Amino acid sequence: MISAFFIFNQKGEVLISRLYRTDFKRSIADVFRIQVVSNSDVRSPIITLGSTSFFHVRVNNLYVVAVTKTNANAALVFEFCYRFINICKSYFGKIDEESVKNNFVVIYELIDEINDFGYPQNSEIDTLKTYITTESIVSSAVIPEESSKITTQATGATSWRRADVRYKKNEAFVDVIENINLSMSAKGHVLRADVDGHIQMRAYLTGTPECKFGLNDKLVIDKNEKSMGDAVELDDCRFHQCVRLNDFDATRTISFIPPDGEFELMRYRSTSNVKLPLRITPSVTEVGTSQVQYTITVKANFNVKLSATNVVLRIPTPLNATSADCKVATGKAKYAPSENVIVWKIARLQGGQECTLSATAMLTSTTTRQVWARPPIDVDFQVLMFTASGLIVRFLKVFEKSNYQSVKWVRYLTKAEGTYQIRF
Amino acid sequence: MQTDDLEQKKLVYLYLMNYAKTQPELVILAVNTFVKDTADPNPLVRALAIRTMGCLRAEKIIDYLSDPLRACLEDKDAYVRKTAALCVAKLYDLKPELVIDPDNGFLDMLRNMISDSNPMVVANTVAALTDIHNAAMSQPGASPSDPGYFEITSAILGKLLIALNECSEWGRVAILNALARYVVHDEKESEHICERVVPQFQHVNGSVVLAAVKVIMIHMRGVYREDLLKQLVRKMAPPLVTLLSSPPEVQWVALRNINLLLQKRPEILANEMRVFFCKYNDPLYVKVEKLDIMVRLASENNVDALLSELKEYASEVDVDFVRKSVKAIGQTAVKIDSAAERCVNVLLELIATRVSYVVQEAVVVMKDIFRKYPSTYEGTIPILCSNLDELDEPEAKASLIWIIGEYANTIDNADELLGIFVDTFVEESYPVQLQTLTAVVKLFLKKPDSSQGIVQKVLNTATKDCDSPDVRDRAYIYWRLLSMDPAAAKAVVLAHRPPISIPRTTVPPALLEELLGEVGTLASVYHKPAETFIGKGRIGADAVRKAGDLGEDQFSAQKALQTVVAGQQAENLLDFDDSTSLEGQPSGLAATQVLAQTPAAAGLLAGTSRNPLDDLVSIFGGGGPLAPTTPAVFGGGAFGGMGLASAPPTPAVGQTPTAAQPQQEDLLGLF
Repeated sequence: MISAFFIFNQKGEVLISRLYRTDFKRSIADVFRIQVVSNSDVRSPIITLGSTSFFHVRVNNLYVVAVTKTNANAALVFEFCYRFINICKSYFGKIDEESVKNNFVVIYELIDEINDFGYPQNSEIDTLKTYITTESIVSSAVIPEESSKITTQATGATSWRRADVRYKKNEAFVDVIENINLSMSAKGHVLRADVDGHIQMRAYLTGTPECKFGLNDKLVIDKNEKSMGDAVELDDCRFHQCVRLNDFDATRTISFIPPDGEFELMRYRSTSNVKLPLRITPSVTEVGTSQVQYTITVKANFNVKLSATNVVLRIPTPLNATSADCKVATGKAKYAPSENVIVWKIARLQGGQECTLSATAMLTSTTTRQVWARPPIDVDFQVLMFTASGLIVRFLKVFEKSNYQSVKWVRYLTKAEGTYQIRF
Repeated sequence: MQTDDLEQKKLVYLYLMNYAKTQPELVILAVNTFVKDTADPNPLVRALAIRTMGCLRAEKIIDYLSDPLRACLEDKDAYVRKTAALCVAKLYDLKPELVIDPDNGFLDMLRNMISDSNPMVVANTVAALTDIHNAAMSQPGASPSDPGYFEITSAILGKLLIALNECSEWGRVAILNALARYVVHDEKESEHICERVVPQFQHVNGSVVLAAVKVIMIHMRGVYREDLLKQLVRKMAPPLVTLLSSPPEVQWVALRNINLLLQKRPEILANEMRVFFCKYNDPLYVKVEKLDIMVRLASENNVDALLSELKEYASEVDVDFVRKSVKAIGQTAVKIDSAAERCVNVLLELIATRVSYVVQEAVVVMKDIFRKYPSTYEGTIPILCSNLDELDEPEAKASLIWIIGEYANTIDNADELLGIFVDTFVEESYPVQLQTLTAVVKLFLKKPDSSQGIVQKVLNTATKDCDSPDVRDRAYIYWRLLSMDPAAAKAVVLAHRPPISIPRTTVPPALLEELLGEVGTLASVYHKPAETFIGKGRIGADAVRKAGDLGEDQFSAQKALQTVVAGQQAENLLDFDDSTSLEGQPSGLAATQVLAQTPAAAGLLAGTSRNPLDDLVSIFGGGGPLAPTTPAVFGGGAFGGMGLASAPPTPAVGQTPTAAQPQQEDLLGLF
């Protein structure tokens, strides 16, 4: 149960304050400001003072805070905060102090709609957009019949879909997006390599279509089932609420009635047979106490027809580095003293291509004896039409009463953002 | 208010909600419009009106609320019904008699709504009934055996299981919570519930997954079929691991719960240690929790990978995290015999870095390893001793002194080394003094010839110049032992110590069972029973004992405690907010945590004496008599709090008697 909901800016000023229950006064916000915002040493997202618990999530320059006095469901509270953040992002494009201040009327409407008396209510973005509107999302004047439709949708068994959707061209876009996590030891052993994937779908389909979704033929969805050599194994998968979980549990079919528009159909995780698109071989040597020499090689380990884009390597330098001299044949490399890293950007890396950076960082002498912690090299990149797990969409069937033809598009993307780490 | 513009209406309503409490007589003017709106043809308006009326909280409104509410509960539109269901809970919060009164029939209407055709209505009804039920149960005078207002019968169970698959994510959590409360009649029923709930593991919302885990953990107790049990445990693992790719806060909640689950069923994630490896940019609270879980999962198969990870962490920047990593190496050594040597080697490498806090922590850890594997790693002692000058923290010093004392006969210059500490005896902190004292006596017992002088000196200093009664007492005891009967002294001081091991659980079994029934909630995050921090005024001495056994390494809880102590002033603010319900509530988190740290204070709480002075004496006199259980919560919180806030004991004794009376009320109010 969430008793109160607040949004603070970085200075601890209250931007939004909504009390759902009566066990607090507004002054409770001051307590949070004193205890968390002005306290530099907060090391837990939940703070309990006396019998009052504050849950906070930091996003950009805001604190999204929920307060409760009961033994609340902590997972639910955080999920709720993140849902709110997502709703704001979808409504205003971003969430920060400015957008909250500009839209505070809508935000009050939203937080009243998605939570009643501390219990979260329907928070499907598409449904909300039908009856809570900003200038940018205009819906016609609400007439009674239409609003009954809205309420039926908001509470119905398929709360995520209106009944009367109509499109001239029936299309469905499927994006398979894989986030790859890697940590590699200094000796080149893979310590951990796994894939967090999600399948994003945009459905523009008429009526109430029944969809069936098929992945690889050799797909093992439960690791403990017998695996078959090179099969794609998913350790776990979870689905949008439209997917019939019972069907999946019994027969492993993914069938659903999709929401209208964009939604995340499925999320999955895979740890076996992960193909690493970029191979990094670092060699870093400290020459005496005044220099560090780097030779970093990146090799693209995939089909020549594909290419990695927006490759950014962040190579840490010691804290006492004064300057760094970098030589690269491909891309651009620059020393960023404020972050203590050498940033090497490669706009495009063809499959099979290999490039090398050599750099020397000059150090000043320091009095501290602390050895350099050597944080890992961090690599960000994107590879289109490549899945690290090997997952492929085999088919997407759409059945509808009117039996129309539909066009389906599939895209694959593998990317890494702050999770592809190589130690040296 | 009578505008047709929905958005404008909402704003006006919001304004009314905020000012109803201060200006009830003005709100009454708006009642007519509200009542009219509850009959509006537009369901959105009807729902909005009933939702807002419930929030107005003005006594006078209530009389006008009953009729529209009853109508809305039977509205043809599900959206209105679901809003009205929660409104009943709001009404109960405001005026319980009205809801309970059978003439009004609200409770019966709610119970009937569990059979509603719309799953969202069912979910909200369940939420409302649970809310009312819990509020009623937490009233003083409610007995736990009373079925309350929301008893879940097998008929209701069936309806809930059906609604579970169809309603929204938040509704699922509400229904799963209700399922968790259901008391099963036989094994078949347990199996049935488990089978129906398992598919929820695949839900994208982490709170649904954890709520499902909770239901399974509870109803698994009634399942005896081996294959089904195995299957359930097997299915539980992947979703738990997947929670680790959620945002850090959710991750943290999941990790705390995984930690609990592992204490009950260590086999769940036996092969998954790698997913708990810390990422460099994880927030600290996530890292620390992962560390704990990794040690829990350590086994002979994965110990090498674990050690190389831990070594890596020990070179990171954050001091706290580095210390925990070093500690984790020690725990691994104690846990897995065959890996002890490798652990020791890693520790020696870390000591060689000569980073002050790493060395200190490593020394502390080495002490544990010496305890677990006596006379195995004596070869490392010279290396440890060579770092003597580096140590400036009491715990590290005390550990090294203990090691020297223990191996006095194999260290040639033990008397010299101890001599350094004897010379600075009075400046050291008390734990170091105690350790020095014991170590010198051990040295004397092992090498009586060469250490006559030093033992004389230390006993003299300790009895004459030391202001800690503990140190003086111990010195006197040793002195007398040595002078009366050296053989007895040997038997006492050099006694064989029981071997140590890493406890499999950090919470006592009974509490663990209770917490597993609360997976996902704050209680499971703090690893404490809910009463300790929601302060319903029902903490018995037993509960406090249980909580007192909690492990020391509970970083977050400790942190929370520190915040509590530091922020007493702020808390005043909290409780002035709520003058009605808090009176006489004894202890929150603070009290129990304090109790965990000062055993004497536990005596105080459990003790029957209510004279504050007596109690204080027993706090500071060390080892007060542990009188049996009376839930004498009276002064416990207050004095416990003070004991901690003023760490050096002597000034506190002086200040308390005068402060006791006025502060007592203040502090009691705090918790």
